[in-house]
Amino acid sequence: MRQIIPIKKGIKRLCLFLAASLLFSSPALSKDTFKIGGVFSVTGRASFLGDPEKKSMEMLVNQINAKGGIDGRLLEAVIYDTEGDPQKTVNAVSKLINKDQVIAIIGPSLTPTTLAVVPFAERSKTLLISCAAGILITEPVKPWVFKTAQSDALAVASIYQHMKAQGIKKAAILSVSDAFGESGKQQLEKQADAYGITVIRSETFGAGDTDMTPQLTKIRKENPEAIICWGTNPGPAVVAKNVKQLGLQIPLYQSHGVASPKFIELASDAAEGIYLPTGKILVADLLPDNDPQKPVLQNYIKEFESRYNMPVSGFGGYAYDAVRMLAEALKGSNGDKEKVRAALEEMKGFVGVSGVFSFSKTEHNGLSPDAFVMVQIRNNTWELIR
Amino acid sequence: MQEILQYLFSGITNGAIYAVIAVGFSMLYNSTELINFAHGEFVMLGGLGIVTLWGGSLLPLPAAFVLTVIGVAFVGFLLERVALRKVSRSQPIVLVIITIGASIFLRGIGMLIWGKDAHAIPSFTKLSPMDVFGAKLMPQSILILAIVLLVVVGLHLFYRKTLTGKAMQACAINEKAAWLSGIPSDQMVLLAFFLSAGIGAIAGIIIAPITMCGYDMGILLGLKGFCAAMLGGLGSLWGSLVGGLLLGISESLGVDTFHPA
Repeated sequence: MRQIIPIKKGIKRLCLFLAASLLFSSPALSKDTFKIGGVFSVTGRASFLGDPEKKSMEMLVNQINAKGGIDGRLLEAVIYDTEGDPQKTVNAVSKLINKDQVIAIIGPSLTPTTLAVVPFAERSKTLLISCAAGILITEPVKPWVFKTAQSDALAVASIYQHMKAQGIKKAAILSVSDAFGESGKQQLEKQADAYGITVIRSETFGAGDTDMTPQLTKIRKENPEAIICWGTNPGPAVVAKNVKQLGLQIPLYQSHGVASPKFIELASDAAEGIYLPTGKILVADLLPDNDPQKPVLQNYIKEFESRYNMPVSGFGGYAYDAVRMLAEALKGSNGDKEKVRAALEEMKGFVGVSGVFSFSKTEHNGLSPDAFVMVQIRNNTWELIR
Repeated sequence: MQEILQYLFSGITNGAIYAVIAVGFSMLYNSTELINFAHGEFVMLGGLGIVTLWGGSLLPLPAAFVLTVIGVAFVGFLLERVALRKVSRSQPIVLVIITIGASIFLRGIGMLIWGKDAHAIPSFTKLSPMDVFGAKLMPQSILILAIVLLVVVGLHLFYRKTLTGKAMQACAINEKAAWLSGIPSDQMVLLAFFLSAGIGAIAGIIIAPITMCGYDMGILLGLKGFCAAMLGGLGSLWGSLVGGLLLGISESLGVDTFHPA
């Protein structure tokens, strides 16, 4: 008995303290701020996406607040880590909706995690601006779900446009057997006819495979005029090496999934001559001066690199665009969720890092194929082709 | 014909790597009757070690090779000393689960040191691929096969011809009896861990130029090596070699036979 009393007292005190802190702190904060949520895969396998996204969001929220916020109210960002896990994403989003009661959520970073939380956003009528690429997120259109990352479909269109210009009619696909590769393969097969291209063989490889020579040997048998490889590092770099080792002389196209200096580093000499579509951020300095995105890109690159002292990537741009457009939509809304949603849906010609966004009732990604440019790797760097 | 040959070359190269990993599993089982699920992580440490030491042009290749193997072997030594030796109730299942924990721990360390990105190094030889009846044979593949054979033959001789090797096997057969006949079984177990980790590192080093090395490469390679070891009969050196090659070749030929959906 003697031991129990102090514990009880302790619990009572703790409860009192918690109640007091709830009473005095949280209303004071949430009254004059716009509360927005972020869910990114900050750690785990997809941290290369979530980490710059989180950093970009924090940077922008700080900048907006330093300028006095929106309509005199500061932004308050609540960011959770999903670790790239759909279940953890669902937990984080429920917490943002029910406990933090945010106006809008930026993220998640991946297609599977986004698809897992779409029903929650729809049911609670909370704006969700995803940073993932999968076309299923905005097709069919869901009223409360938007996304800022370029869809695979646009990258495929860019590749096929280039192939058509080169007079290539027979292509083989080599895709990684995960959601990214599967989605790319579907789009490649779906759009081929429109460009007069036949897909003569479609092969897959595992994300952790160490040698793709067998698949390439099989592809070689069919004599394609080009190979399109769809995956994220490191697999495509192995493919690039194997293509050179087998002495295949046909053009190799890669997806935007490897559009980073890391790919050139991994594939080294084998990267030479590869074509790929990329968001403009990779080649910001090479863009012609009349490109509307150039100043936005240069500004973002400068801000991000000087603040975090690490090289910028296109991925952080997804969150950067999302927060900027959300801030725009929040103006004059007084925090009314429906007003914010409507303002975003009516937004036209918004120049962002990932492209020029024009949303409508039937289009919640808002980008066109010119969000991508085709580049070729030459002398270990990117060369813009037009 | 040309295709079949290409599948075979590719399969044998991969299979040889699985075989070295399998040999690491087998020899540890041979000496301690323990399956070390952290073995894949030794492979990872070997690969990333050579990336840093040679790829970062700190050392010439032979020195980097030896240093990496010794370094990783020392990690194996530490694993036994720090994590496994201290267990009071050393039933096999407890020890196996500790090795799983160790693998997660080592993966975490790998991620902290080398980051989450993959790393690449150039081939050990500057020779271009050879043309054999229209199929391409990489010089690196021949090198891999040679190293694998060297490891297996070396271990075979070690077990058959040296007193230490024989003593090691005796410990596995009956530890108490070995101890009674004057074999320091503790030291034998330690040596087995040392050697097994070193062999894992060799697998990591030879695979580094043909694929990319990342902190998480050990999971899949460890699993495939384990499969190869089971296929060839756990504990048998030559079985591991055959199991590895069988797995590699069937993987490669499988691409041709089975069409992906």
